[in-house]
Amino acid sequence: MPSRHPQLNAHGELKHLLTIEGLSRNLIHHILDTAAGFLGVSDRDVKKVPLLRGVSVFNLFFENSTRTRTTFEIAAKRLSADVVNLNINTSSTAKGESLLDTIDNLVAMHADMFVVRHAQSGAPFLIAEHVDRTRGNVHVINAGDGRHAHPTQGLLDVYTIRHFKKDFTNLRVAIVGDVLHSRVARSDIHALTTLGVPEVRVIGPRTLIPGGLEQLGVHVFHDMREGLRGVDVVIMLRLQSERMRGALLPSAQEYFKHYGLTEEKLALANTDCIVMHPGPMNRGVEIDSAVADGPQAVILDQVTFGIAVRMAVMSLLAKS
Amino acid sequence: MTTLDVESAYAHLRDSIAAVVPLAREGLSLVGVHSGGVWVAERLRRDLQLSGPDGALSSAFHRDDYGRRGLPTDLKSTRLAFEVEGADILLVDDILFTGRTVRAALNEIFDYGRPARVRLAVLIDRGGRELPVAADFCGVRHELPADRAFVLSRDDSGRFSLVIE
Repeated sequence: MPSRHPQLNAHGELKHLLTIEGLSRNLIHHILDTAAGFLGVSDRDVKKVPLLRGVSVFNLFFENSTRTRTTFEIAAKRLSADVVNLNINTSSTAKGESLLDTIDNLVAMHADMFVVRHAQSGAPFLIAEHVDRTRGNVHVINAGDGRHAHPTQGLLDVYTIRHFKKDFTNLRVAIVGDVLHSRVARSDIHALTTLGVPEVRVIGPRTLIPGGLEQLGVHVFHDMREGLRGVDVVIMLRLQSERMRGALLPSAQEYFKHYGLTEEKLALANTDCIVMHPGPMNRGVEIDSAVADGPQAVILDQVTFGIAVRMAVMSLLAKS
Repeated sequence: MTTLDVESAYAHLRDSIAAVVPLAREGLSLVGVHSGGVWVAERLRRDLQLSGPDGALSSAFHRDDYGRRGLPTDLKSTRLAFEVEGADILLVDDILFTGRTVRAALNEIFDYGRPARVRLAVLIDRGGRELPVAADFCGVRHELPADRAFVLSRDDSGRFSLVIE
């Protein structure tokens, strides 16, 4: 194993984006600053800049996701890249081809960048190590691997917080819900603590909060009302019922009663608290419609910022 | 150190624009190229009492050296506070050298619409053109070898100073 961080090149630049863990505060701010420069591109007459002209981006989604795949596709197209979406479920993998054989074939077609989503934690790392060994100039972006990481979501979340709150060093941020299955929560925690947020809280039932979170500097609450008191930012997580095996929860109604975000519970937070959600939302399960559509929700801003953040990541990687 | 008097170059640029630009100044859109060009444009706008819309422009997205140098470390946004379609634009930059920045800046403008006219004003023309680009207004011409660079700065009152690196 090489000793250096697998996503940085010899000059300390980002070559792949696999996880937020291990990125420096300066590098995260640099990515966010760059994203701010791309934000206006989507408002122009011509919603396109020529930076990635001639670059081939392959979206490899081994796990379904319309939203994330679409935002990566839009980001790549606004940079003038050529985008190929591979529907893996109906392709060679279903015929028995191994993951790395699939990658080798796509590299032989002169792919420059892979955007990978996979149900197995670590799959994008495996691909990045493989292309580093076999080809020098292919880039990998992790678009979500298992329960492990979803770094572009973490980056767009801190972009959103910086946009509305300006400064990280006086904030209380609460992450609420199904932390156990959430790669978003892990990426958010790493981003927030790296950026100097003094108090990161997670709130959820004992069955959906993994052990060891305190070692990441996080405060754990099981009572939502107690946990929301005085926070500046609430990040709601989607209840990932498709990942649940066994009796982790009594019912969606019971979950909503204890951990659903309602106006009444939100009133315990600071009055200028913003409400975030990575989508897709389960209304009436983790969030009430009155909050999701209310004045404190910045959920659609997250979507807009997500395009700019992904444009920034792609253009920084492509020329590292 | 340089013997170039950047303040008198600025005065010459200002006066040569004032001699040509008609009194209906509100029709002219002044657009500075980040960062030095924005400073020159701000000062021209004030000194010539131009009341038309303004803008600040980043050439980063259209640069032809992205493939070698990547994005600048401080990526700036383009802000054009007017309808580009049909506009009469005075594009302002501090130093005119190869012409590649001007080419990228023109492409950037056209991403927002089709202007009626674009003219170019520069504080210093240092020669060394690699593209067929010429300034309509120029403060001073001063040749500089390719391995040197002018670096413009301004103080709190907006006055310019220049060093050669």
